[in-house]
Amino acid sequence: MPRAGEIATDDTHDTGMDLLRFAAVGSVDDGKSTLIGRLLYDTRQLFDDQVAAVEAASARRGIGEVDLSFITDGLRAEREQGITIDVAYRYAATPRRKFVIADCPGHVQYTRNMATGASTADLALLVVDVVNGLREQTRRHACIAALLGVDQFVVCANKMDLVDWDEGAYREVTNDVRELAARLGVSSWQVIPVCALRGDNVVERSQAARFYEGPTVLEALEDAPAGAWASGHGTRSGAGARLPVQWVLRRPGGGRSYAGMVNGGALRAGDEVTVLPEGWRTTITGIETYDGPLDEAPAGISVSVDLADDLDVSRGDLLAVASDAPAVVKDLVATVCWFSDRPLRGGDRLRVKHTTRTTPARVSAVRGRLDVNRLQIDLATELANNEIGTVDLTTAVPLAVDPYRRDRITGSFVLIDEGTNATVAAGMVGEPHLAGDRAASSQALTASGSPA
Amino acid sequence: MTDTQTDGPYRTPGVRAADGLTPHGERPRPRPRRVDHLALLESHAIFVLREVAAESEHPVLLFSGGKDSAVLLHLAVKAFRPAGLPFPVMHVDTGHNFPEVIKFRDERVSQLGERLIVASVQDSIDRGRVPDPGQNASRNRLQTTTLLDAIAEHSFDACFGGARRDEDKARAKERVLSFRDTFGQWDPKRQRPELWHLYQGRVQPGEHVRAFPLSDWTELDIWQYIRREGIGLPDIYFAHRRLVVERDGMLLAVCDWVAPAPGEAVREETVRFRTVGDATCTGAVVSTARTVTQIIDEIAVSRVSERGATRADDRFSETAMEDRKREGYF
Repeated sequence: MPRAGEIATDDTHDTGMDLLRFAAVGSVDDGKSTLIGRLLYDTRQLFDDQVAAVEAASARRGIGEVDLSFITDGLRAEREQGITIDVAYRYAATPRRKFVIADCPGHVQYTRNMATGASTADLALLVVDVVNGLREQTRRHACIAALLGVDQFVVCANKMDLVDWDEGAYREVTNDVRELAARLGVSSWQVIPVCALRGDNVVERSQAARFYEGPTVLEALEDAPAGAWASGHGTRSGAGARLPVQWVLRRPGGGRSYAGMVNGGALRAGDEVTVLPEGWRTTITGIETYDGPLDEAPAGISVSVDLADDLDVSRGDLLAVASDAPAVVKDLVATVCWFSDRPLRGGDRLRVKHTTRTTPARVSAVRGRLDVNRLQIDLATELANNEIGTVDLTTAVPLAVDPYRRDRITGSFVLIDEGTNATVAAGMVGEPHLAGDRAASSQALTASGSPA
Repeated sequence: MTDTQTDGPYRTPGVRAADGLTPHGERPRPRPRRVDHLALLESHAIFVLREVAAESEHPVLLFSGGKDSAVLLHLAVKAFRPAGLPFPVMHVDTGHNFPEVIKFRDERVSQLGERLIVASVQDSIDRGRVPDPGQNASRNRLQTTTLLDAIAEHSFDACFGGARRDEDKARAKERVLSFRDTFGQWDPKRQRPELWHLYQGRVQPGEHVRAFPLSDWTELDIWQYIRREGIGLPDIYFAHRRLVVERDGMLLAVCDWVAPAPGEAVREETVRFRTVGDATCTGAVVSTARTVTQIIDEIAVSRVSERGATRADDRFSETAMEDRKREGYF
């Protein structure tokens, strides 16, 4: 690996760098933070003063060697307890690409923070302690990542030194991951035998795993296709262009332009669009940015658009290409991850934030709960903290939704507690999303495209 | 791409700002631009600015005159022109700022025709809100009281800031929209889940959120964007000759509030500032970088972090930033 100083030229850093966002996930104490620390340390992403601070913090706690987990575990409470409480975001660059790394907590009580980190990831770096194998929390994280649409897994069979680099132990993890990936519909996965503590197969190839000829962790991360989230902001399988209206820009002297970020596909001047939920048809006459007009706005870019007709369009409305518009619904079936000590039950009133619209909603029924070990949905009437399930939701105003597996923006929402304003759930619109379909509860968990 | 080379030790701040008020359709059509990482960072920051401005009653943009807040203000202009900004700009002035920075602040805001609020630490001292730490002491920590008082006075429920996650290990943990209770406190154990781009800043009266549109930007991203966009900066960011005194391994500028202690030698060095804050705790670095490109080359090979090189306020303890943020600091 080059030193930080060798990746400094304008050519490599100014433009054209592709970006991979990945999240380190897995059970508590399996070594996620140590692995990320090792990755940053061995690729020389750390500044000298940051290394010195980690060395000093380790010495202060009487830890003989440098505790690499301190590189991302930056909070006082995390260092006291030796655990990760909330996601740490770190940034790294090699000559091949830039990385945004989300080091997620493993404890079940911080599942909400893991979901936060994984929701914008294109790849999951799933860390498994080879001594213990896949635990319930490993499966929960894999399941949440897959539900969130992460379809590439790089699995680290960690702590291989503790089993004397036994090939059988590695194979056992590989077999379990193969079965899990198949159940979750994760098409791209590989298992790498590593020792994060010593750095074997993280950046430096290890001689210890004689049976293993695949890539190191860094090589796998550099080779992985840059995902839809980082480059296209939500596009997964070719939904048409959508623009949730964030803000109405009024021009001095008259005229309005509708500002927002494009997702799905590219939006072009001249496109016929539907204004949802109203259903009005009109044409885009111009796409504006501060730097001048664009003929075409790709997904992920913030613009404002001018419309041919003088319509009452406001924040919360959605412009969609007329040929491929989302459905407008007030009743939908969704998969939710519940993040509150208070259980979620049928009849609960909450607020839903979907794209740029926030509206009251009622959970008409909790239908099922996911058993993360068996990966099956059991009948249920409530969801406890950190549980995943399917619910029927009725909203006060209609929403323009796509199934989550088509579009991560128009297919996602959060639920908000009306009293405390806390965010209490992450939701993914199922397919079919219309309530009343008997098959919906079992299919809603296929939001990631998985055959549940 | 449209990479405008705008090098020079000191550009007139905000040359592009003047044309911001013209309807943007009138400017020449740019060449098609590739969606690179700077374009995505810019787009995301604009998205956050619009989202928070739309959902809060009384937003405000915190502006120190430093490079990150200069980028943030530029992005706000891009998000809301041709209209004016839907929020005022506020500076928490310690009274120990570099004069070049205050000049830049005033010029930039007036050039944009926006409203500037100055919340003064000196006022807080004069009114007895905080004890006077003395002529030469850092006023860094006192800013928190002044900031929280100003937030209460103006009923601000959302404050945009230019903080970046790569600056510090506590900031690396913070959400893009970071909730503050009625005491202005950050509770790192109870952050709201923040999924996808669904930023959720609903608060009760007296509470507020801090919004950080530059969360995912690195120091290098900031400088590359400054070069691409031609964003003006105070000239203390560029190499110049200055009288300095070495203290705790840092080079402090000799000024009204930093006098050499007995035994400390004053010397003249060619330096620049990598961060800009209270003059009593912001160190200079020895540098000959006089242009943005030279700065980009310099920081790309630096082995010392931005704050590690220059900020005494982070050296009080292992978790100095976290401790200050818990109290309501930026």
